Order: sequence, then structure tokens, then C-alpha cells
Amino acid sequence: MNTLIAITGLGIFCLLFEILNLRKAIVPFTILGLLGVLAINFCEFGMEQSYYNNMITVSKFSTSFSSLFIVLTIFLVALSHNFYHNHPTKISDYVAIKVFLLAGAVAMVSFGNLAMFFLGIEILSIALYVLAASDRLNIKSNEAGMKYFLMGSFASGIILFGICLIYGAMGSFDISEIHESALSAELPIWFPIGMILVVIGMLFKVAAVPFHFWAPDVYEGSPALTTALMSTLAKVVAIATLFKLVSGMNLIASLDNQDLLHTFEVIVVVLSIASMSVGNIMALRQVNVKRMLAFSGISHAGFMLMTLLTVSASAGVLLYYTAAYALSGIAAFSVILYVCRDHDNEDITNFHGLGKTNPLLAAILTGSLLSMAGIPIFSGFFAKLFLFNQTIQAGYIGLVIVAVINSIISVGYYFKLILAMYSKEPNQERTGRPFLIYATAVISIALNIIIGLFPSLVLDLLN
Amino acid sequence: MNVSTILIILLIGAFATYFSGDKLASKVALLFSLAALGCSIVLLNNYNAGENISVINSWITQPKISFALNADGLGLAMVLLTAALTPIIIFSSFGNEYKNAKAFYGLILFMAFAMTGTFLASDGLLYYIFWELALVPIYFIALIWGNGDAEERRKAVVKFFIYTLAGSLFMLTAFIYLYTKAGSFLIEDLYKLNLSAFEQFWIFLAFFLAYAIKIPIIPFHTWQANVYQKAPTVGTMLLSGIMLKMGLYSVLRWQLPLAPTAAKEYMYIFIALGIAGVIYGSIVALRQKDLKKLLAYSSLAHVGLIAAASYTLTLDGLRGAVLQMIAHGFVVVGLFFAAEVIFRRYETRNIAEMGGIRAQSPKFTSMFLILVLASVALPSTFNFVGEFTVLYSLSQINIWFAILGGTTIILGAYYMLRMFQHVMLGETNSKAFADVTLNEGISFAVIIAVLLFFGFYPKPITDLITPSLETILQVINKN
Repeated sequence: MNTLIAITGLGIFCLLFEILNLRKAIVPFTILGLLGVLAINFCEFGMEQSYYNNMITVSKFSTSFSSLFIVLTIFLVALSHNFYHNHPTKISDYVAIKVFLLAGAVAMVSFGNLAMFFLGIEILSIALYVLAASDRLNIKSNEAGMKYFLMGSFASGIILFGICLIYGAMGSFDISEIHESALSAELPIWFPIGMILVVIGMLFKVAAVPFHFWAPDVYEGSPALTTALMSTLAKVVAIATLFKLVSGMNLIASLDNQDLLHTFEVIVVVLSIASMSVGNIMALRQVNVKRMLAFSGISHAGFMLMTLLTVSASAGVLLYYTAAYALSGIAAFSVILYVCRDHDNEDITNFHGLGKTNPLLAAILTGSLLSMAGIPIFSGFFAKLFLFNQTIQAGYIGLVIVAVINSIISVGYYFKLILAMYSKEPNQERTGRPFLIYATAVISIALNIIIGLFPSLVLDLLN
Repeated sequence: MNVSTILIILLIGAFATYFSGDKLASKVALLFSLAALGCSIVLLNNYNAGENISVINSWITQPKISFALNADGLGLAMVLLTAALTPIIIFSSFGNEYKNAKAFYGLILFMAFAMTGTFLASDGLLYYIFWELALVPIYFIALIWGNGDAEERRKAVVKFFIYTLAGSLFMLTAFIYLYTKAGSFLIEDLYKLNLSAFEQFWIFLAFFLAYAIKIPIIPFHTWQANVYQKAPTVGTMLLSGIMLKMGLYSVLRWQLPLAPTAAKEYMYIFIALGIAGVIYGSIVALRQKDLKKLLAYSSLAHVGLIAAASYTLTLDGLRGAVLQMIAHGFVVVGLFFAAEVIFRRYETRNIAEMGGIRAQSPKFTSMFLILVLASVALPSTFNFVGEFTVLYSLSQINIWFAILGGTTIILGAYYMLRMFQHVMLGETNSKAFADVTLNEGISFAVIIAVLLFFGFYPKPITDLITPSLETILQVINKN
């Protein structure tokens, strides 16, 4: 709760900085502020409390995911300094929007009431719409913002409709009350229908197949930093919220009817396989790196959906997977921001010869791609390992084999980028060593390797 | 002191090499690899004196994964092979200039680190991690410092990477499945499992895919010749000398004891696949025009025989396989080095453009001849000891296996001697061929000394490996 208040306060401060004409100080100030928020958040860890008639509940789940979101936001704010170099007058707006977006994200994982959940999702989404269209003179960015807004508001509408149906069935917006009534024998059919609508809306936010069509276009059109935000923070928030919804509302237990339970499992398995396969196969054909990472994100969403099959045991696994995925995403995007800063596209040709001109950045991008592909010692490998372990224990060995085949396919496109960096001749001079970009890239890949070497640090938070 | 010391030396060595700069890198790398060799010899002494040099620490609590390194005779023999070959390989590259040498030598040491770890790990997951880690450096070594057309090289290397990764991921699935049964990745716990014949069949297959691609066994060998040809000679030596032994070693350590019933039931099929590799490799080698490709196919034939011997599940078979692994490791490194020595002078790998070297370079000719003869298993070389044991074990299973497998000696003698004739003999070549330098001579001398010494006196190695092979056989035959 204090976390949420502190974040909102910080956002308002960011806006005030604009008035006080302190734009130069805004990035360092926000980073320090967020570090403070992170400390506050750590203090709340382990306290199980609820506030304001159960609107917000603080639990281990919410605090550990909030910490991840705050860390990611720190990285994204640090990257802002160089990215908005040409728009110095607007930087406080952009930073403030990111901080408010974080507030929405924290609300989404710590809700105790569906109203709060919806509020969180809207705060997050509206901030994202604005950021997607933030390069207002660029037609592509306008298109991305418009597309995302139209599709996203449909998804929000569907979620709202689902919440209404759940209210109709249960007579409450409160998660713990819904949780209890879900155990009663007789449930109106509106409850599962409402749940399905809410889940569909969330799958849209996660960009899982078949609700993924917006992702590649929006990722490609948005400014690169916004894409970084969408593919790391926004995706992680959405999947964590979906997980919390399914576990918090006791959906599995409420489906005591064996047929319904079976249907739920089949749907999750099919969606997960479809997301993995479509994402990976489409990614093979892409020449634009942002688009490629969009499809790679879709396939990772498929992997993360596998945790829904074992909700009671896999919160730690999900936290680990999201952390590994997001950290490698941040490292990859900071290199992309550096390489493509003076270009109007993010094609693979821009990366030619990076291994010769900037060996450090090339090594970092290689590391983050290897992590996403699941090569050991990077945390991406352990994420997949724990996920597969959990899933095999639950008896879905077929699903794991499909996932393994997909991991092999994914190597194909991740290595396309690595090959371009190391086996092609450089086609341009790359000058300048922007400190914040280098620092973000190094720290995020280092964190990635650290949680790879000591997975228990993260995994044991929620076990 | 325990076995983790070698790993630490190699890992620190990899970073020290990288930070020592391009000029010093090769010397620093040589120094650290020699230190690792010294360390492994000391450890061998300690082991023979009965000290406990194994390590076990818990690493991840949930799922339970330990940092467990177990050094038994088999593991130590393979570690010694790696530790002895790495300095030779590094030293043999002293005549070449590499761009960005610090990264090149750093990667070599890192690869040695990962391969040593693979031979020592006794926790399934730790083993898998080392196994995968070994793949990353060789990918970059072959990609960046390789030779030939860049586009073709890229294709060959990516194919190699995806092939091997695909195989190993199925092995990972098998490990996770075993973990759900045993609740631990430790090899002792996995050995205790009683799996049904059906489960064993699938686990055997999953492991087989990983190892058959790495070794390679027919029909998973298609990546091999191209990568051997395109990689820089150092990379080829690492691949053929040590890395493919990882696959063979893993068959003995993991595949057979974990799925013994399946191993017994399908023994004939897998022996036949190995023998098929022998015949196929030998016949294809006959037709090769490129020296490195010829050696690649001859290597395919030899490892096919080793794999066949491993699947016999007899003590002689396993022992022969290990002896032959070590012998083949040394001889193949020597042969690829000879190809490199010729390349340094003639800038070609095409056999047709060579010939007439003998008159100009008698020292090189005699050393090359010894290596060629060792490769075709002439008595008194180490390879003879290995090959003879292997063929003997095959004859115990079925005499036809031994006869077909024996073609490796006959065909091998034919294509190797024919190659020698075309490369070295004939009229004096119009192009000048400088005799071997001191550095090159030392590398050859060390390899030849090892081959001859153990050819006359293989007892130290047999004594070292036999107890652990007997333990493995006990696990296989427990039911």
C-alpha cells in the first residue's frame, strides 16, 4: 500500500519538475525515487495486510512482483535520458507517464477487489496508449497508438462485461468473497462465463494467440523505448495479473465439475501450444528486430501460460520466468536503442558487424538472446527448466515436448541476429558511449546471470 | 584439494586470457592449460592414494540440484585427456595469427572448462549445463575464425548448433522426467530407479538423440564433415579430439546405466548403427579430395566403432571403447595438426595440389607417417590396443560385427596410406616446403610419445578405468 502511494507521489513530483524547470535532474531524481520506493516495497515483504475494505491486499505475491516491476521501471527510466534527447521539453511528461504506469502495474498485482483490478488495468493501458503514440510527428507511431487504443479498449470492454457477469453470479466484487463462494456446490453459469470474458481480455493484454494480432504492428510502430516497455513490463504485469485472477478467484476449485475442469485444461494447453508455435514460426521470417521480438514475446507468453495449469504451486516459477524474460528483454532493448538511435527502422542490417565495432554491446545482446533461447547459465535456461519440471510433475509431458521443440525453433531467429553481429562486415560508424545505456545493459545482463547462478534468490520468495 | 580446482583454474584462465590483451593471450592460455594439466596429475596421484577428491554442495533447493563433481577412474581419465590435449592444441596454434586473439584463446579455455565439467559432473542438471556450455564457445570459434566462404560457413555452423541443441533438449526432458521419479538429479539416486521397460525405451531414445548427434552416429552425422572443414584447425581439434568424446563418455556414464533394459533389448540395432558408420565413413573417406574432410570421415569411422563397442555392454567392450577414445583423441589431433602444417606452407587443403613433400622435409614425413600408422592401428601404437580390444568385444557378441568392424582397419589402411602417398610422396614438389619448426616438432613429438608409450604399456590407463567401468556394469546388470 505504501508502495502505491509513494509511486503516485513520485509521479506528481515528476510533473512538478517540469514547472520548476528542473528537467535535467528528472532522470536521476526519478531513479533515486524509485530506489526509495523499492526499499519501501521490501519493507512490506512478508506482511499480509489489506487496506480500504479489502480494495488493496498486500501479499508476498504482490510485493515480489511489484519489486520486479519497480526494477524494470528504473531501467526504462534510465534509458529515457538518451532516448528523448531530441525532445528535452517533454521528458518530464514521458517519465511521469512511466511512473504512473508503474502505479497501475502495482495496483494490478495487489488488487483485492475487481474494481481495483479494472482501475489498475486502465491506468496501465491508457499510459501505454499515450506512449505508443508519443512520437506524434511519425505516422507509424500514430498508427500504432490508434491501433492499440482501439483493440485495447475492446479488450477492456470485454473485461468489464466479464466483471459484471461475475458480480451477477457472486453478488460481490471482493476477491476473497468470490473465492469463498466459488467453493459452494451450486454456481450459476454466469460465473464461468464471466471468468472466460475476463481471461480473454487479459490474454489480449498478454498477447497470446489468438488475441495477438495487435502486437507485431504496435511493437513495430511505437517508439523503441515504448516497445521495450510493452514487451517487458507490460507483458509481465499482464501475465502476473492473469495468474493472480485465476488463482485468487479459485477458478480451478470452482470447476468441481470434471468436464469443466478438463475443458479449462484443454483450453490452456491449446492456447499455450498455439502461442508458442505461432510466435516462433512467424518470428523466423522477420527482418525487423522489434517485430521479431514481438513474435518472440508471443511465444514466451505461451510458455508463461503453462503456469496456469499448476496455479497452486507455480507462483515462484512464474516470478522467476518473468524476471528472467524481462531482464534479458531490457538488456536486448538497450542495445537496440543504441544501435538504432539514428535510424528510422530497426532492421537486422543495422546490427551488421556490431561484434567488431562495439564488442561489449554485442556480447550483451548475445547474452540476452541466449538467455531467451534458454542456453544454460543465463537465467532463461533455469526459467524453462523450472517451468518444464513443474509441468511434467503435473503430468503434461506432451506439452513439454512441444515446448522443447519450440525452444529449438526459437534458436533459429535468435541466432540470425547473433550471426548478423559477428559474421557480417560493419556498414556504419558507431560513435559515442552513452553512459546510461551502457550501464542499463550491463546491470540488467549481470542481474540476469546472477539469478541464473543463484536461482533460489528469486525462486524461494514465493515457495 | 579437490576436482573443482581444475575447473577454477580453467575458468580464471579464460578470463585472464581475455584481459591479457592480444599479444600475450596465447602464452597466458598455454600457461593456464599447463597449470590445469599439472593440477589434474596431482589429483590423479591423490586419487590413487585413496583420497576423496569429489565435491558435493547443494546449489538450488527447489528443485533439488547439487553442485556435485565426482571423480572416479573413468572421469579422471577423460579429464586427463582434456587437460593433456588442451595445451597441445593451444601450442599447435602458435604458428598462426588470429585476429582478436584474446577472445579466441579465452574461448578455448572456456570450452576446456565446460568439457572438463561435463566429464566430472555427477548431478544430471549440472552435467547438462556443462554440456550445453561447451557448445557456445565452439560455435563462435568456428563462426568467427573459421575458413572458407562466409555464407557456407554460417550455414554449416548454424546447422551444427541447432542439431546439437535439439538433441540435448530432449535429453533435458528425459532428465526432468527422471527427476520427477527420483526427486533428485544426483546420479546415485537416478541409478537406483526402477523404470518400466516402456519408460526406459523413451529415455534411452532421448539420450541417444543427444549423443548420436554429438558423436556422431549415422544417420545424425550430416553436420560433421562440413563443420570440421570450415572450422579453424584449433576448433576441429577441439571438436574431434575432445568434444565428441563427451558423447561417447556420456553413453557409458548416463545412457547405459539409466536405461539398461532398453540397452540390452535394442543392443543389436545400436551396434549395427555404429558399424554402419564405420563402413560408410571409410567408403566416403576414400573419395575425398579435401584433406580435412578425409580426416573428418575417417574420424566418423573410428567413433562408429567406439560407439558399437560401448553398446556391447561387456567389460572388454567398455574398456576398449575408453582406450580407443583416448588414443583417437591424440591421433586425430596429430593428424589435423599435420594438415595445418601443410596448409601453413602450401595454403591449400586439396590433396591433388600436394605431393613430393618427402624429399624436402624428411622429419615431417616420418612424424606424419607414424601418425598415419597409429591411425590405422598398427601394433605397438596405442590405437592398436584400443582397436583390438574393441574388435575382440564385438566378436564376443557376434563374429560378423567384428568382421564388418574390422574393415575399419583394412579400409582405413587403404585410404590413409593412399592419402599419405598423394600428399607426401611422388616427385619433388616445385613449391618449397620448409621442414617443421621447433614448436611444431614439439607438438608432434609429445603426441607421438604418448601414442607409443601407451602402445607398449597401456596398464596405467586400464588400471585407472577398469574399477569404475565394473561399477557401471554392476548397475547395468543389477536386475
